[in-house]
Amino acid sequence: MNYFVTDNTSGAVRLSDIPELSYGEFYDDLAAKLSDERYHVAHYFALPDDRRMRFFCLLLDDAAGQVLVTSHAMEYYEDTALPSLTALHPQMHPFERDIAERYGIRFDGMPWPKPLRFPFDRYDRRSSMDNYPFYTMEGGSLHEVNVGPIHAGVIEPGAFRFICNGEQVLHLEIALGYQHRGVEAAFAATDNRLRQVCLSETVAGDSAVTHATAFTEALAKLAGRAYPEQLVRERTLALELERMAMQIADTGALSMDVGYQLGQVACEALRTMTINTTQAWCGNRFAKGLIRPLGTDHPLTAEKASMIRRNVAEIARRYDEVRHDLKSSPTVLARFEQCGIVPRDEMRRIGGVGQAARASGLQRDIRASHPWGIYASELRHEPIVKRHGDVMARLMMRCREVLQSAGYIDRMLAASEELLAGGSAVLPAPDYAAPLAPDSLAFGLVEGWRGETCHAVVTDAEGRIAACRVKDPSLHNWMALALAVRSEGISDFPICNKSFNLSYCGHDL
Amino acid sequence: MILPKIRVLCSHGRQAIPDLDAVELTSEFRGRPSLTATDDTSALREAAAVCPTGALSAEPFALDLGRCLFCGECARRAPRNIRFTNDYRIGSPTREGLILRPGDTHVPFDPASVRPEIRRYFRQALQLREVCAGGDASVEMELGATGNVNFDFGRFGVGFTASPRHADGVAVSGPVTANMAEALEICYDAVAEPKVLIACGTEACSGGLFAESRAVDRTFFERHRVDLWLPGAPMHPMIFIDGIRTLLGHKERTAPQRK
Repeated sequence: MNYFVTDNTSGAVRLSDIPELSYGEFYDDLAAKLSDERYHVAHYFALPDDRRMRFFCLLLDDAAGQVLVTSHAMEYYEDTALPSLTALHPQMHPFERDIAERYGIRFDGMPWPKPLRFPFDRYDRRSSMDNYPFYTMEGGSLHEVNVGPIHAGVIEPGAFRFICNGEQVLHLEIALGYQHRGVEAAFAATDNRLRQVCLSETVAGDSAVTHATAFTEALAKLAGRAYPEQLVRERTLALELERMAMQIADTGALSMDVGYQLGQVACEALRTMTINTTQAWCGNRFAKGLIRPLGTDHPLTAEKASMIRRNVAEIARRYDEVRHDLKSSPTVLARFEQCGIVPRDEMRRIGGVGQAARASGLQRDIRASHPWGIYASELRHEPIVKRHGDVMARLMMRCREVLQSAGYIDRMLAASEELLAGGSAVLPAPDYAAPLAPDSLAFGLVEGWRGETCHAVVTDAEGRIAACRVKDPSLHNWMALALAVRSEGISDFPICNKSFNLSYCGHDL
Repeated sequence: MILPKIRVLCSHGRQAIPDLDAVELTSEFRGRPSLTATDDTSALREAAAVCPTGALSAEPFALDLGRCLFCGECARRAPRNIRFTNDYRIGSPTREGLILRPGDTHVPFDPASVRPEIRRYFRQALQLREVCAGGDASVEMELGATGNVNFDFGRFGVGFTASPRHADGVAVSGPVTANMAEALEICYDAVAEPKVLIACGTEACSGGLFAESRAVDRTFFERHRVDLWLPGAPMHPMIFIDGIRTLLGHKERTAPQRK
């Protein structure tokens, strides 16, 4: 067997149970599998292990709902170059770039051997933010436009380099790393489990619930414990509330960029209402502090549940009015339609995930393909998929998802109504001291509002967290943005960018 | 085509908060903690041991808001010693002002600590250039929200501008990553004197969870004086609005306000 076969609801995997292939076997098998659309790589990372490097790969089989775990290894100081998988399957590029940048591993035939995020512990200290090797083109009619790292708005930093022919973009290259804070190193540097959970919440502040859920799911697997059903429901509810808030915010941001002021202000107000609902539940507008390992500090009460239910119904009603107005405004549609197209096949090749992939007709949704918690039982999630892959498709995706999430929240609250009214739902307090299985790997695989989010946690012989490797969906999807603006006018870049709304800090870690 | 717009407008109604100074946040909100000393310090010591950023010290008993993530864990471990109130008036003109001790009823804001030119030049209007240097997007979104239809901070002439050349000062969010340190410095240099410097959020005030990270370079704050420290994870828009209005002399902070 080349793989240890598991799924998103099974427990932790012992490191000794993970097959260790030769790189040749690994390469051949993955090269063949990734040609089939049912497979994509959720995570591929290297860990120093004594005098060796061990490379772990989590391969998702969407058709069977399975997670295939495998690994290969080499001597730490071995200096042979590995044949690059990126050359065959571009979706491998962020993973191979990460491994090369951190440890100096060379990938032979890598078509895009560039730095990824300039981590503080990078192998080559000469490589720095100032000498990022931008792609260049020669030609009298071409010019370059550099934007960033500081952007015009109040957003995170990143550098964009456009090569333009007049107004038309020929190529966009995105250089990131400005946000690198050393998150992964901080996970391993502490035994304070609360600190680790707080770290997961800050991987990407607009996805605090998503990342904290991914991390605490991995912890629960390592602890060999399961969450009570009502707690699973409340955690899912928080995830869907976060999705609503951010999809509404993005609807407003896109409206702003095309001068559709009514949509902008209406969405601003609706987002305020959504995050204030979250705040009234747990005291924080971004739900920091709500997701905790094996328990909760903010159990729902009957009053809070009815407050959330009332607010969400009102938000959905008003948002639907905005959606209706947006669709009946031809001047708005003219800006969004046929703009920033990423065809389905390109999206598949670069390994696009989440809402951006679904807007291009690629069904990538962990809630449906690898369901966990009540997505598997109560909700039976059916992903929304659009075909056109343009800004409009990504916007309509959001519109539909807000209403879908509102429906889920209503169903979850209806299901817990009886329990809460009886006051019988006593949920456990968080457990920060649960012993973890030693020498094991567990992953939290969660569909956040942006897409597939994965935390791979590896423990050492004493059950300490030796490494937490984080993958934000932005890691895959930044390339989609670069492709979307090709041959568009440079003035359409802002709406293309907003239509993806990717995370800089989630990418840079 | 006009009918859907009228529907949206009718539902939208009037959104702006009429009086920003009268805002009271939900009782769930974790703002300024209230500290009470007890003879038995065992619970307090346990709470200090789990504090994710070392903001809480048991001996002497003090809580540094500039390092606090407002996760609320200490209040659960030592409920007799620490209670979080919903008071969002926690901005301070000095870093030391963020350190709370037992019996403190408010975060002090001494007008004498404010450079006089700030009120002279910027009382009527203050336009800031925001620089995110490792922030996780939550503080940035809250800063953006200060100008939205609900808070509408623009009514007092306060807002954000794209070019540092047009700005009266810089608002920094995030722990200041090494990879962003140079860009922040260049941006700050580009703002004409006199200028203000504002640290937004706990990560900017102290580095937060990344205070000890090797990927962070906080020497910027050793070279430049911060005029306003605004803690929070993320910093709520009302913390920013109250802090700026107090800094500019629109309002005063007196003790004690409310429980």
